[in-house]
Amino acid sequence: MNFDFTDDQRAIKRTAHDFLAARYPLGAVRMLAADDRGFTEEQWGELAGLGWTGLVVPEADGGLGLGAVELVVIQEELGYALAPSPFFSSVGATLLLVAAGTEAQRERWLGPLASGEARGAIALWDDYAGWSPDHSEVEASGGTLTATKIAVADAAAADVLVVAGADGRHYLVDPGDPGVAMTAARALDPTRKLYTVVLDRVAAEPLALEPGRISHAYHTIVTALAAESVGVAQRAMEMAVAYAKERKQFGRPIGAYQAVSHRCAQMLLEVEGARSLTYWAGWALDHEPDAAARAASMAKAYASDAGFRVTASALQVHGGIGFTWEHDLHFFLKRAKANAHAFGDARWHRDRVADLAGV
Amino acid sequence: MDLTLSESELVFRDQLRAWLAANDPGREPAGDEPAFAFRRAWQQQLHAAGWAGVSWPAEYGGRGATLIEQAIYNEEIVRAKAPQAANVLGLAMGGPTVIAHGTEEQRRRYLPPILSADEIWCQGFSEPDSGSDLASVKTRASRYGDEWVVTGQKVWTTYAHHAKWCMLVARTDGDAAKHQGLTYFLMDMEQDAVQVRPLVQITGEAEFNELFIEEARIPQENIIGGEGNGWAVAITTLMHERATLAFGLQVSVQIALAELIETAQGSRANGHMASEDPVIRQRLAQLLIEAEVLRLNAYRGLTAIMRQGIPGPEGSLGKWQWSDVNQSLTELAMDIAGPRAMLADHEWTYRFLRARANSIEGGTTEILKNIVAERVLGLPRMR
Repeated sequence: MNFDFTDDQRAIKRTAHDFLAARYPLGAVRMLAADDRGFTEEQWGELAGLGWTGLVVPEADGGLGLGAVELVVIQEELGYALAPSPFFSSVGATLLLVAAGTEAQRERWLGPLASGEARGAIALWDDYAGWSPDHSEVEASGGTLTATKIAVADAAAADVLVVAGADGRHYLVDPGDPGVAMTAARALDPTRKLYTVVLDRVAAEPLALEPGRISHAYHTIVTALAAESVGVAQRAMEMAVAYAKERKQFGRPIGAYQAVSHRCAQMLLEVEGARSLTYWAGWALDHEPDAAARAASMAKAYASDAGFRVTASALQVHGGIGFTWEHDLHFFLKRAKANAHAFGDARWHRDRVADLAGV
Repeated sequence: MDLTLSESELVFRDQLRAWLAANDPGREPAGDEPAFAFRRAWQQQLHAAGWAGVSWPAEYGGRGATLIEQAIYNEEIVRAKAPQAANVLGLAMGGPTVIAHGTEEQRRRYLPPILSADEIWCQGFSEPDSGSDLASVKTRASRYGDEWVVTGQKVWTTYAHHAKWCMLVARTDGDAAKHQGLTYFLMDMEQDAVQVRPLVQITGEAEFNELFIEEARIPQENIIGGEGNGWAVAITTLMHERATLAFGLQVSVQIALAELIETAQGSRANGHMASEDPVIRQRLAQLLIEAEVLRLNAYRGLTAIMRQGIPGPEGSLGKWQWSDVNQSLTELAMDIAGPRAMLADHEWTYRFLRARANSIEGGTTEILKNIVAERVLGLPRMR
């Protein structure tokens, strides 16, 4: 029994932390947030150079063949840095292709996705359909798809779109197809670019019908997103604690008041709880598949709540300055809140936890 | 990262599990005296099989168990719903304190009867005016030759009416700084100068006592850890086995939660089963998640101790979070009970009331938050 990273995982974490701290200071994050594209090819090339794009691709398909724990490690650091990047979207699409790509689809896409030459994105949600794909209104007929998908992250950066249909089917769509119309949406979180994607009888190649493997991919995706929220919350907590030590009112640091210090202690409780669940989920995805669905939904539910509550609480500790655009905290609050909703909110995942426990 | 048990840990667990299955003592009888006799017999049974004091070194009659084995032990004992050992305070606090701070002579004298439950121990720390602020205790001990004379009052002393020895923290130097004038004594409870009065709590039971001490005598050789060193020795008592006790707490929450889910599935209210109510399902799921956090944090805490020798930040969170979870759980049970919650003989009513103490006993949640804020986050001290 050892609830700790291996030496290799620690090395990945340290490298990620140092690299992201050097390349994504908050001034750079702010500039990318204001930029329509939100990342540069040079930045993407650096992530690919670190091997991150090939992390979840099996070695036989040209990747590193590492596990969910390594993905969790990197995602937590990306969240801590609040690095704007299409990385998460592309890894999500890659995971679905690894899970259910046909021989030809794997051949075509996994090599370029692993090397970073290509990027993917997932088009999952219909307007008004909620989180579950069961209520999707996507029309699939004659090898084409007709659909409207909202909040598609990083669609404009993608070379391949994985589109969720009704009944759990998934399809590959070429974003350059003339039947694909993409409009940039105004996103709650300006550090992750969202698009409305309208498909009008677009040629679509179905992925293999592998519901179990697709589910496992989604469990990995929500765990990775939970990990990102852990990093976001950790950073917001550190900002709040640092501010509480330095900001003086009534002649003493505000952190000396229990109304403030107990709020900070509560942040730690929630950050560490989210971290424990997320690491466990990563481990279960790699080593204990029977527990993976439960662990992933527990991690996503708890990290969704914790991410929002910790960043909101950090804003309260900052007082008025925390409510200004000039301060960086709002970017963390917005990422945490957007993450709380993406790929199923806390309520939806708690419902799954209840189902899986036989309640 | 590896959340599975090793071969030898599995052997340890399976041996204990098999022994517990084969040695089920049955249900605890009602009434204080019969219940105590039952717990004493149970401890003697544990001791005879080598399952008492598992964390103690083998040379003092223990098993020299590793931290993980201690965690497994606490999990399995709770999972088997085994009774509490009569000398729980001696085993979990007194013995380890004597092992850490006592002389060799004291170890030979005090440890064997703790294990055999021949001498029961109680804890004389808290006072009516010294709760969270333990170092402010007013109970005075003055030295006359080779003997100390003690006068004062203690409260929340579990098992005092059965105890032979009291772990007593008293002020021996009124001029020294608050934390430096304290000494840790072993006081013989079998003397008229010590009066024990049961303290009835909100559940109607009396798990605890008040101690009235009027010129009690303690020989010089009953000091543990030296005169004026009482604070450090007391901290050892309080810290001891906290990391591994967390395992027992998290398993007890898992068991209670399983019972509650069964209750919800069997409770019809407002035309449907309670477990079909979406709000109740949400609250049950949240408890399942938080119970899992308790388990994982306990493992992480143990890993941190093994790696760094000290508990990590999550170690200070366990007791605080456990009390939150146990209170939420019993509150949900009352909501599921509906109108039956108003009946005092409803099975969850006792647990609901008892849980109110969880955020007070063994360190209030407010003090634990102070500890986290000051020692983990490095925020300035208020005091």
